[in-house]
Amino acid sequence: MCSLRHINYCRRVLRSTGFAALIAICRVDASRGAGVLDPQGPIAGAERLILLNATAIMLVVVVPVIVLTLAFAWWYRASNKRATYSPDWSYSGHIELVVWSIPAMVVILLAAVAWTSSHELDPPRKLKSDVKPVRIEVVSLDWKWLFIYPDQEVAAVNELVVPIGTPVEFMLTSATVMNAFFVPQLGSQIYTMPGMTTRLNLMADTAGDFPGLSSNFSGDGFSDMRFVVHAVSEAEFASWLARTHGTGPLLNAKAYAQLARTGNAALQTYRSVDPMLFEHIVQTSAQPLAAPLPED
Amino acid sequence: MGKLSWSAIPFDQPIPMAASLLITVGVFAVLGLVTWKGWWPYLWREWLTSVDHKRIGVMYVLLALVLLLRGFIDAIMMRSQLAIAAGGAQGYLPPEHYDQIFSAHGTIMIFFMAMPFLVGLMNFVVPLQLGVRDVAFPVLNAISFWLTASGALLVNVSLVVGEFARTGWLAYPPLSELQFSPGVGVDYYLWSLEISGIGTLLAGINMVTTILKLRAPGMTYMRMPVFCWTSLCSSMLIVAAFPVLTATFGMLLLDRYAGMHFFTNDGGGNFMMYINLIWIWGHPEVYILALPAFGIFSEVIATFAGKQLFGYRSMVLATLAICVLSFMVWLHHFFTMGAGADVNAVFGIMSMIIAIPTGVKLFNWLFTLYQGRIRFEVPVLWAIGFMVTFAIGGMTGVLQAVPPADFVLHNSLFLVAHFHNVIIGAVLFGAMAGYYYWFPKAFGFTLDRRLGMVSFWCWLVGFYLAFMPLYALGLLGMTRRMQHYADVTWQPYLIVAEAGAVVILCGIAATIAQLVVSIRTREQRRDATGDPWNGRTLEWSTTSPPPSYNFAVLPQVDSLDAFWVMKQRGPVAPPEHYQSIEVPRNSPNGFVTAFFAVVTGFALIWHIWWMAIVGLACAVLTLLVFGWVERHEDEISGEQLADAERARLRVVTPP
Repeated sequence: MCSLRHINYCRRVLRSTGFAALIAICRVDASRGAGVLDPQGPIAGAERLILLNATAIMLVVVVPVIVLTLAFAWWYRASNKRATYSPDWSYSGHIELVVWSIPAMVVILLAAVAWTSSHELDPPRKLKSDVKPVRIEVVSLDWKWLFIYPDQEVAAVNELVVPIGTPVEFMLTSATVMNAFFVPQLGSQIYTMPGMTTRLNLMADTAGDFPGLSSNFSGDGFSDMRFVVHAVSEAEFASWLARTHGTGPLLNAKAYAQLARTGNAALQTYRSVDPMLFEHIVQTSAQPLAAPLPED
Repeated sequence: MGKLSWSAIPFDQPIPMAASLLITVGVFAVLGLVTWKGWWPYLWREWLTSVDHKRIGVMYVLLALVLLLRGFIDAIMMRSQLAIAAGGAQGYLPPEHYDQIFSAHGTIMIFFMAMPFLVGLMNFVVPLQLGVRDVAFPVLNAISFWLTASGALLVNVSLVVGEFARTGWLAYPPLSELQFSPGVGVDYYLWSLEISGIGTLLAGINMVTTILKLRAPGMTYMRMPVFCWTSLCSSMLIVAAFPVLTATFGMLLLDRYAGMHFFTNDGGGNFMMYINLIWIWGHPEVYILALPAFGIFSEVIATFAGKQLFGYRSMVLATLAICVLSFMVWLHHFFTMGAGADVNAVFGIMSMIIAIPTGVKLFNWLFTLYQGRIRFEVPVLWAIGFMVTFAIGGMTGVLQAVPPADFVLHNSLFLVAHFHNVIIGAVLFGAMAGYYYWFPKAFGFTLDRRLGMVSFWCWLVGFYLAFMPLYALGLLGMTRRMQHYADVTWQPYLIVAEAGAVVILCGIAATIAQLVVSIRTREQRRDATGDPWNGRTLEWSTTSPPPSYNFAVLPQVDSLDAFWVMKQRGPVAPPEHYQSIEVPRNSPNGFVTAFFAVVTGFALIWHIWWMAIVGLACAVLTLLVFGWVERHEDEISGEQLADAERARLRVVTPP
């Protein structure tokens, strides 16, 4: 986390070199704004580290290549009489060896990063923690998000409340077309697919409101498929659950049919939910005329 | 008339209506001008029915340039929308229109801009570089071109009659299934790509056959110019990959038209199969585009550095390696599908391995510049701009090959910035370099250098302005295909990107101005020598423009850079006698078949079954009738050749 003066200097240098992307990196750090470079959980933190490390490893080669390209182009210009001209020089075993080994070595290094990190950060892999995880079922609908807490038997639309420091186990599916569940500050996104479930494990370390969205285009209402993640303390989470249990409608077959209608939706919570709803959606999703949920 | 009625024309929507009017008026203005000037007989005789690989190549490039304009108008409309649609604002394009625009932009730029541009350059250059008289199947070549043009026409018809797909450039099901996209948009997408895809496949077969079977005497594989090698590999990829695309779209069409369940949610369909199949075509497609561009840079850098290409064998090996590896990485387009750690890691590492041969290429160009004598003509600027830009684009690509990095970058604007970084930075820059480099060969006069410089610098600066902010936005968590967004802190970046698009617009304007100015001043810029750049390969050894038969006598090749070596050895006395040669006769086969293909495609899109049957029957009949024509060739006698060659040598060799 750089200081303000540091940031300004950094900006000046970078602006002069024209790397707008890197300016953004400084700015993100400065404002503690959103984005994948401002992680709020262990998964997002590990992924940011990989981003930065992999970039650094490659810059070791990429920067010299760019500098040499410009330097060679400038020095060997036709008007430079001091430059050597070797029109028939076109092979050197030593150089060949070097040009094959440099990218190969970079790739070996990155391959090791890719192999270990793919396993450590595999979305279905459960997080190590002493705290009992919270289970959440996620359903993408046209065009909103339904979050079901199967153990607490409550549900919310476009709003996800999670306790900090607690692993969250997501089970995800889609009621219509494919979407992707993504909270940039918490890390890994994953597709939500009709008729299938995907799994994702995330955790928030600090309290705050983090934007979430769908990152896979799903039709006309896609741009408004946003939700908010409220990461709150254990106590606040308990009181949210209590509040939610006391108010709002019941998420039964009728309410779900209403919610599943095409269109965007406002924030909403449900005081109780059919425990079989998620499984039912996976079984029947996206059939032209979805079979009605059995009334109980 | 099936589903077709007057409601298909968007009378009630001002923006699509204005666009349709503009296109309709434009097309009729051009047709009117041609009729008024009485150019039809000339056009028909010399171009529309031509089977000459050079003419067909030129028509491909012209098609690409026209569709570059169309695709760019889509792009700047999107940029303008996003520059204003922040916070609560909805911008000026409603989602149902915006979604069509980004789908059309991607489809057009890949299938009808980049593909025809490079296939056109290959068509024009490869037979000349190989020192032969035409491609292996000249009539088939015309058919391929006209089928590609048919697809392009159908995509543009969707602007006036009906709508285009709203499902993105790859039309993932289930969104593209009938249940979620009941309109004709997806059908326009599918049928135009089915028709042009067959054209591309035939072009690939033609090119592979030409390179494998027709080469000048003495031109062994290891004496072929690198551009021929990259064209060969690219064409082999076309032959291997395009059938997958055609079959995949075929299955989606069966879902949509025959109620089948390949990719539907219900009835046992599985759309993940589509996503796999489409990328089994899609990733090789990236290299189908990139390899010829790499070849162009190899030619351009060697020519303008006045040096043999460094590490020719490495270059060939790297090209072949990319060709094979490109089929083993498709899954990196959907690491976030949840395939599991082993699968993701293997495909991630395979994707990185492609960076090795690609990196080698970059180093080899670098060492070709080293100890060269570089003349800063326009093509070499594109090449150097490419080397710098591509290094950055390649890096962000490898970054996304690390699966956990992709988990946070996938489908974000970072990804959008990355693939524009490589497709503009490599493919488009390569095509522009090739366009300027080979233009004098095609028409016998050079393009305006100053406007060429303006075009290059506008594209380069415009590219960085337009896409570097998108990298930043991706890191800030903005995903692609949004029609509006809530976070107002993103807006400044999108305004900069819009400014970049405007700078690119200036570059495009400079390219058009360059063409107009150069044509008007062509007499001053005539190149009589046929070798304006002091070239190294055989295409520069004949006149500009080359005669229909390319070479009066097939050149004898005994080394790499055959023409360079010939020039070193000095002039050779012309032969006493010339053998007569046969050149293929013009044939309306391609044009007529493609006409019926358009009729069939249009009829199928609108479910006008009788018209589809008539159109298909006529297309097959055309192929059969012209296939059985008795005479296919005209003979050019030895005397005619001798006269032509004497005239040429008078100009080329100073007295």
